[in-house]
Amino acid sequence: MNLSYYPGCTLKTKSKNLEDSAIASMAALGIDLVELPRWNCCGTVYSLADDDLVHHLAPIRNLIRAKEEGSNKVVTLCSFCYNIMKRANLLIKNDAEKRNTLNSFMDEEEDYEGEVEVVHLLEILRDEIGWEGIAEKVKLPLYGLKVAPYYGCTLLRPQEAAIDSVERPTILKQLIQATGAEAVDFPFTTECCGSFQIVSNPDFVLDRAWNILSSALRWGAEALVLSCPLCDFNLGQRQKELGKKYREFKEIPILYFTQLLALSLGLDPEVCRFELNYVDPRPLLESKGLLRH
Amino acid sequence: MRIEISANKLRSDFVKKVEEISGETLPSCYQCGKCSAGCPMSFAMDLLPNQIIRLVQLGQEDDIAKSKTIWTCASCLTCAVRCPRGVDLSKIMEALRLITLRKNTDYVEPSKIEGDTIVELPQIALVSSFRKFTA
Repeated sequence: MNLSYYPGCTLKTKSKNLEDSAIASMAALGIDLVELPRWNCCGTVYSLADDDLVHHLAPIRNLIRAKEEGSNKVVTLCSFCYNIMKRANLLIKNDAEKRNTLNSFMDEEEDYEGEVEVVHLLEILRDEIGWEGIAEKVKLPLYGLKVAPYYGCTLLRPQEAAIDSVERPTILKQLIQATGAEAVDFPFTTECCGSFQIVSNPDFVLDRAWNILSSALRWGAEALVLSCPLCDFNLGQRQKELGKKYREFKEIPILYFTQLLALSLGLDPEVCRFELNYVDPRPLLESKGLLRH
Repeated sequence: MRIEISANKLRSDFVKKVEEISGETLPSCYQCGKCSAGCPMSFAMDLLPNQIIRLVQLGQEDDIAKSKTIWTCASCLTCAVRCPRGVDLSKIMEALRLITLRKNTDYVEPSKIEGDTIVELPQIALVSSFRKFTA
């Protein structure tokens, strides 16, 4: 089965580890992620202003590209891309007045009414393959690996874009369990990492990272698993600095959910591109005997 | 804090503009404080989120302008999903930011970000910061 796939900017630069491990895992599960031949940056953040329509054009143009390919569904890996495309799609589907304005603004494209469904890859794993379907294909169960699921914001908020329960999600936990690893619940699982404040207020984000990571460590996690490249950066890249600020801090690797999946499916660890992770997870995986191939 | 409350301020252009841009009904907020209780950035704010909406209700534009709170918000939408009155405070924060940004005043100056930082940051960090904090 083929699925139209929208990568977004960060997956082509900083987060090749997310893209490569996703494409390889899905191929092993019988789904080919086919990149849209033409796409643009989604704009990353959904406009929260009622009178601002121009910023909805970027995500909607991507959906039109998917429609032009004859797809009725487009899958995203990045949580930010997922959120803005999902919400812009709901807007153009449900608000006739804004739909007309947006369509009349776009000259080259055919009118669009929200026909393409926006899904995150985690939804494909849960709804189309199923946790049992994944568990059946697991060749290297990740026994003994204690992983905390970290959702962040954009997979769960607002309600209309949530892929799971807003306050008590289980989708990542169930994936972790399907791979044979042990899921570690912790109180900060849906809390914001500080997001784009990393640019203007990096110290605030450092404090967020401390709260989130030290909580995960306290609850016994050996690694964190997530889907958002910005969370990955905010929680991963500055752990050295965290160690300087908080002496008791111990580094903890951050993994993309697709890396966990690829490993459990018995794929060559090369597809995980672990060298791109901010905290190298290989010593941990090695110590659990999970890097054999 | 001593503030002046008058009919002029309560229905000022500022209040109308916030309502128009955000699409939210300001009097719906009954000041329970749920937004501030769950806000992950409140530790860094000089005014709490529920104080911001109260000041908007009362038309206190100057006090809001002096505060850094709207620039500390990360638009995580925790307040929006938890409000028992269905008020989307994240949209009010956005409206307040836009009232400043639309006067062509940037909060983040892209040209002042160091080269190393730009190389290091993922694209989504830069694009979302510029979308939120530049005119």
